[in-house]
Amino acid sequence: MATETPARIEPDYPKDRTKLGGGRGGGRKGSIGALGWVRWTWRQLTSMRTALALLLLLAVAAIPGSIFPQRGVDPSRVRTYLEEHPDAGPWLDKIGMFDVYASPWFASIYLLLMISLVGCILPRMRQHVQAMRAQPPRVPSRLTRMPTRAETVLDAPAQDVVAAARAELAGRRYRVRPEEDGALVVSAEKGYLKETGNLLFHLAILGVIVSVAAGHLFGWRGEIILKEGETFTTGAASFDTLSLGPLVDPDRIPVYSLRLDDLDVQFEHEAQGAQFGQPRVFAGDATVQRGDDAPETRAFAVNKPLHVAGTSVFLLGNGYAPVVTVRDTDGEILFSDAVTFLPQDNNYASEGVIKVPAASPGLGFVGGFLPTLEFVEGLGPTSSFPGLVAPALVLTAFEGDLFPEGRAQSVFSIETDSMTQLQQEDGEPLRLLLEPGDVIELPGDRGTIEMETVIRWGGLLVRHDPGRTPALVFGGLALLGLVLMLGVKRRRLFVRVTPAGPAGTGEHPGDGARHTGLTVAGLPKGTDPGLDDLVDQVLARIVSASGGRVVTDKDDT
Amino acid sequence: MTDPTLAAASDYLIWGAIIVLALALLAFSLHLALTGSGRQSRAERKVLVGAGAGTSATGEPAAPEVPEPAEEAPAPSRRWGVIGLQLTWLATFAVVAGTVLRALSVSRAPLGNMYEFALMASAFALVIYSIWSLRRDRLWLGAFVVLPVLIILGAARLWWYTEASQLMPALDNIWLVIHVTVATLSVGLFTIGAALATAYLIKDRAEARGDVRGWLAALPAGQALERMTYGIHIFAFPLWTFTLMSGAIWAEQAWGRYWGWDPKETWTFVIWVVYAAYLHARATTGWSARRSTWVAIAGFACIVLNYTVVNLLITGLHSYSGVA
Repeated sequence: MATETPARIEPDYPKDRTKLGGGRGGGRKGSIGALGWVRWTWRQLTSMRTALALLLLLAVAAIPGSIFPQRGVDPSRVRTYLEEHPDAGPWLDKIGMFDVYASPWFASIYLLLMISLVGCILPRMRQHVQAMRAQPPRVPSRLTRMPTRAETVLDAPAQDVVAAARAELAGRRYRVRPEEDGALVVSAEKGYLKETGNLLFHLAILGVIVSVAAGHLFGWRGEIILKEGETFTTGAASFDTLSLGPLVDPDRIPVYSLRLDDLDVQFEHEAQGAQFGQPRVFAGDATVQRGDDAPETRAFAVNKPLHVAGTSVFLLGNGYAPVVTVRDTDGEILFSDAVTFLPQDNNYASEGVIKVPAASPGLGFVGGFLPTLEFVEGLGPTSSFPGLVAPALVLTAFEGDLFPEGRAQSVFSIETDSMTQLQQEDGEPLRLLLEPGDVIELPGDRGTIEMETVIRWGGLLVRHDPGRTPALVFGGLALLGLVLMLGVKRRRLFVRVTPAGPAGTGEHPGDGARHTGLTVAGLPKGTDPGLDDLVDQVLARIVSASGGRVVTDKDDT
Repeated sequence: MTDPTLAAASDYLIWGAIIVLALALLAFSLHLALTGSGRQSRAERKVLVGAGAGTSATGEPAAPEVPEPAEEAPAPSRRWGVIGLQLTWLATFAVVAGTVLRALSVSRAPLGNMYEFALMASAFALVIYSIWSLRRDRLWLGAFVVLPVLIILGAARLWWYTEASQLMPALDNIWLVIHVTVATLSVGLFTIGAALATAYLIKDRAEARGDVRGWLAALPAGQALERMTYGIHIFAFPLWTFTLMSGAIWAEQAWGRYWGWDPKETWTFVIWVVYAAYLHARATTGWSARRSTWVAIAGFACIVLNYTVVNLLITGLHSYSGVA
């Protein structure tokens, strides 16, 4: 393989675009000129080597996003990280380590890659269209230079051998170059789908990127926590959080109401070890009503989203909402509602607050809900299992101004700065432990607090993503293109028949028609280990189809 | 729902497979050493004979011309290689049976946690190698495949073992079977690809130095190894592409978005890009086959990182390792 023979089908397009057109010489000798620079830059950018460098760079650039917490994925973890790393955090933030996939440097890599891709496939598409229409090239004058070659001598008329060769190659669905009558060569090519697949793959990748971008621009997502029995109506104002794509009109969010009828959550209680307490069932029923349509109750679950009016409703989170009633000393109800507690660990030890502004002064309860209460030495009450085995509320209470200066605040926290903690008779801070059905009297004639029962809440994600289906279609096309590109072999086969001539003229001088030379040669594109076998096979088939007998060397001597 | 007897039987089979694979590795290594030194001594003698008798260098040394007694020039024995192969077949059977029993014990596809994923990937790598070895002479490759599989299985059994149990709801989807089966299959293929790539890089370096000796002589020529490496990767890459896409489809159903830069998604993407770079590098002028193959090795390193560091140390939605 050390010779300079062409070892493969040289592509119609220039492989090394950086060396096109005599380097940078755009204008006069010595000066490059503005146009020359543009051309040179374009060639550099669209060269395969640059594409490869950009690909490797993209892989490296994507990695920090898996190491550092990302705002787009989990903003609270980014806040925690910044608090824990006051030195490195802001510095990392400045170079975009918490928004890797939205950072300018990441974007510049994939935009350059896209430009490089377009610059590469556009000329190749033109070339490929031409190649699809063109006939295979002429048979080279010397087949001995081909990387794969087989030859034999047989006792059949030369024209019969040529006809057999044409029939054999046509039968293998090769494109056979038309030759004038009496030509003793056959040139054939197959595997145009390889390049078609290549172009399809790269175009489809562009399609995927465009679809993702469209989904980002025109899509939106809203999150809401719904307690069992609660109903909410979609709309820009009704979600707990709503993120709209830059080009979304919030008034065009479809309106429907959704009631969470029931939520079924179960946890592993048989297997031990790390599997103990893992979630096993997570499903629910919801009643959906849209416009004047009749309400419709549908089951949904994790992995089984609801599809309503072009949106999908996903069940993503869940937790407990103890139903708490606070009464004053006369038994008048000051507060009665299911209160959402947010799980903090895998055993659903949850945190939450109960705000009773109707009491005067305002009462606020802060604490935890534990689905399976267990006292651990040193830690106090904890939860040992995420299911409702021994549910309990552990609370302390504050008294004072619940909403200082009327500021809006989270339903999951209380600003206790302007409040005083209630105390037990012994002077210790008040601690309450409530189990379902318990009614506890608050010290100092402040009334009672009762936990009636516990219901569940579900965290719902409502999402509209118009880029979803196009992305899937383009993804499928990319896969198809990839399989064609890697699976189909582009091959050229050349056949030369050497008629037996008068002594001294042919390759096999001698006795008339009995020594017809037959050479089959193959030229692959890229790696093609099967080509040797194919050439041998084609040769054997031509021999048997032309009805000739192979003349062995012994016949000659 | 969970059958502890079947789960225990599965565990015994996996332990058994680990022992058998260790023996197979030993046999394959012996095979490489013996075949290599055998070829080497024959080659050396051929030169001597050629010089002495002035015969063509292409012919095998003819018996009468060999001055040494015949037992000093045996054809390299394939015995140890064949023993290694048979042991590998046995281990393949044990791993496949262990995986199936594990599945039966929990009445679901054995794809729910890191341990089961390792079983599946090992089973695929072994099955692919076994089938390949039935069709072609691949004794020389045995050690390269058995070693990584042995490491994966050993690590899985020692550190990633998870008691047989049911799935968490996020995993309970038909796409689990599709996505993870194809993922394990492509990891199996990439493992063999990396084994071939390593073999190529070692052999190629020796060839470049003109110093192919010892067990290296038992390997096929560098160019053939390189072609096989590429051949495996063009199977594995579309499968990995499908892994990525089916994962996106599933993520859309389970988490409400098809792509969210979860650490596991990111690494799947990184692996995809690195292997895409390998395929591009091979077709790029100015990039030698050696350098391209290093990119493929980097891709496998990413797979290993994705499977170990990302699974165990990085918090994300894919936290299904089941390892406490």
